Amino acid sequence: MSSSTIPAVGVLARSAFRRTLTTVPVMLAIALLALIVISAIAAPYLGLADPMAIDPVYRLADISAAHWFGTDAYGRDVFARVIHGARVSLVIGVGTMLAALIPGLILGVIAGYFRTADMIIMRFMDGIMSIPGILLAIAFVAVTGASMLTVLIAIAVPEFPRVVRLVRGLILSLRDEPYVEAAISLGTPVTTLMARHLVPNTLAPLIVQGTFIFASAILSEAILSFLGVGMPPEVPSWGNVIAEGRTYFQLKPELILLPGLFLALTVLSVNLLGDAMRDALDPKMARRV
Amino acid sequence: MSSVIEQAQGTEAPVLQIRELAVALVDSPPGHPRLVVDDIHLEIFPGETLCVVGESGSGKSVTSFAVMGLLAPDALKPCAGQILLEGEDILRCTPDRLRALRATRMSMVFQEPMTALNPVRTVGWQIDEVLRTHTTLDAGRRRKKILDMLAAVHLPEIERIYDSFPHQLSGGQRQRIVICMALILSPKLLIADEPTTALDVTTQKQILSLIRELQQKFKTAVLFITHDFGVVADIADRIAVMNKGKIVEVGTRDDILARPTAPYTRMLVSAVPSLVPMHREPVTTSAVLEVRNLQKTYTERGLFKPTRSVHAVNDVNFTLRRKEILGVVGESGSGKSSLARCIVRLIDPSSGSVTIDGQEIATSTRRAYQPLRQRIQMVFQDPYRSLNARIKVGDSIIEGMRNFGFGVRESRARAVELLEIVGMGAEAMDRYPHQFSGGQRQRICIARALALKPDILIADEAVSALDVSVQAQVLVLLEDIRARTDTAVLFITHDLRVAAQICNTIVVMQHGKVVEAADAQSVLMRPQHAYTRQLIDAAPGRHWDFKHFRPLAVH
Repeated sequence: MSSSTIPAVGVLARSAFRRTLTTVPVMLAIALLALIVISAIAAPYLGLADPMAIDPVYRLADISAAHWFGTDAYGRDVFARVIHGARVSLVIGVGTMLAALIPGLILGVIAGYFRTADMIIMRFMDGIMSIPGILLAIAFVAVTGASMLTVLIAIAVPEFPRVVRLVRGLILSLRDEPYVEAAISLGTPVTTLMARHLVPNTLAPLIVQGTFIFASAILSEAILSFLGVGMPPEVPSWGNVIAEGRTYFQLKPELILLPGLFLALTVLSVNLLGDAMRDALDPKMARRV
Repeated sequence: MSSVIEQAQGTEAPVLQIRELAVALVDSPPGHPRLVVDDIHLEIFPGETLCVVGESGSGKSVTSFAVMGLLAPDALKPCAGQILLEGEDILRCTPDRLRALRATRMSMVFQEPMTALNPVRTVGWQIDEVLRTHTTLDAGRRRKKILDMLAAVHLPEIERIYDSFPHQLSGGQRQRIVICMALILSPKLLIADEPTTALDVTTQKQILSLIRELQQKFKTAVLFITHDFGVVADIADRIAVMNKGKIVEVGTRDDILARPTAPYTRMLVSAVPSLVPMHREPVTTSAVLEVRNLQKTYTERGLFKPTRSVHAVNDVNFTLRRKEILGVVGESGSGKSSLARCIVRLIDPSSGSVTIDGQEIATSTRRAYQPLRQRIQMVFQDPYRSLNARIKVGDSIIEGMRNFGFGVRESRARAVELLEIVGMGAEAMDRYPHQFSGGQRQRICIARALALKPDILIADEAVSALDVSVQAQVLVLLEDIRARTDTAVLFITHDLRVAAQICNTIVVMQHGKVVEAADAQSVLMRPQHAYTRQLIDAAPGRHWDFKHFRPLAVH
């Protein structure tokens, strides 16, 4: 018996991965996200109006070739503010994702592997989770003062216990896998065991969870800004833009609707992508082919 | 061939006739269907048991699912042939007609009785569902019919069982419920797909005789799918052997078992382990592992309920010598796996002593035990889960050596050597586990376990998940390793037949205790304990010497 017969399982799994990610809605979502990311990065070089320049002469201007989305109550160009707002939202999204995933992964692995640590860490997480996220964020920003960093931390803190829970659950079930037990009986030290056998197998669900955190962070930032406890009002973030448009909604509904559309489409795209990745990375989906 | 059988069966018409059946993968390229089963011809007559035997991937389950119309529509599709149930072609039935045929004319018993039953409904309700769907009987009559049927499958306290949930019943009882459900409308055809594979041997024996009894009572034709030639030898009237989607050979039980013509059938039948122990010289080498009064107790402490403890391993003693293969045999829950895991310290024993060459390992701290891990290695049951799918085979094999400070080059050279010992090439080093079959993976696992040159190899059901032909090869490999090195093997299995083939000594466990321990010859030929006798009595195919294609003289 030689090893010459090789079933093409890996190839099939990869094709399932590709098939889930190449459906029309997912492709649209990826294209839209790419467009938003590129325009956000390139915003200063696009020849847009200054998003912070106040020009009372043109306050509440109609949609025109000069002002694609019109102007707000201070005469600022709303299109420029929305595109620059994407920068803020994406930084908050990515930043929160990393700020939740990295400590979440570390604490989750520790809690999942060591029984005594588990008791302490998880009760602490239960404590954080019992406080409503937005309330915690508002309180935190109120205490520390509004800036990008504080908003980011305020959003990440209520998110990360969920990551800890997810990772802990995964580690608990991975610990019983025969290949982990085999590694233990081969004398593999605990740190190597974690780095080689445990953590890599938690990454797929973590990536998926990350996309959802990304989407919900963008929403949370908008909510905080809308409530007036987020970014300083002059910073062009989607929440601020929408909050400023609120007073003039009946007069100029596009001041809320157009930035709102950007927000909704971005969150929808990220969620679609996250769903697709969950399906693609789920080994059961791969095996079904 | 078929005309001979028709003559033999007299003028009776077959219940089921499968003609030239072919099933293809749905997403195979047009014009070139990828066939999963091809050119299947089978006939089953009333009251007859036809066993379809084959290794995994032979297409036996696909065939049975095609008969029930249960093929997953997005994956498999019948593309040629006919399946005639009392003359009616199932492949051309409307879905409604098919639904009406199920349960009334044909029904199925599945492998896993727990997943075949709905956990949130009482079993009575679930059996009643069949009657509500297919009959117009009123509630009182339905209940009576169900209770009668529960009595017919020999369940105790039928009133209580009727109102029980599946989790309140044992595995054997659940399978009886499934059989009850399948037979309540007296179908003409019963398809049993590995119905006893998930059960212990003693339970298996009861279920097999139950199916036999009900079949005679109702004149049901049984299509019995199995991989176990022992079961086949006990129950089949006729046997169809399948391989790679085709029927290799069909014949009466004695034709196939005693006079197989196809080379594949000969190979398969001769690979089946029989209960006759091989003659082995007594082991006189020095002891390497001594287990004394080993205990593992699980205690459940509730805040409001009394403390409950379960003795998974209860006062176990045995000695393992160099070059010895010691079998630990028992049914599920007998504590044999807990015993193995205590010895390799995957779990900590509650009390007792385990010594390797006099060195105590049961009570040492984990840190102190770490260097000793090198001397005991383990091979696990499921070859699909015991290798990390993300790591190349070569890197898995050298992991232990790297942990104990060997250099990369040295370790890799040794890994290639080990792969050769287990019958695989050096090219396997840079491949991933999914590129190998179950048998090949188990060889890789054995290579990995041998990498540290252990004194003791623990094989926990290491061949149970493998097909018989692969199983036979792995047993030869273990034999070979024992001959080449001084390694002692602790061979844990539920299958007495496998133990009979390979072990010098057999330890029989029940409820965490050792009930009998002696050399293989005496345990199998002159069992002392009632439980051992029961196990031997329940071993399927124990009256057949498969290797020599003949029945065994009754002793």
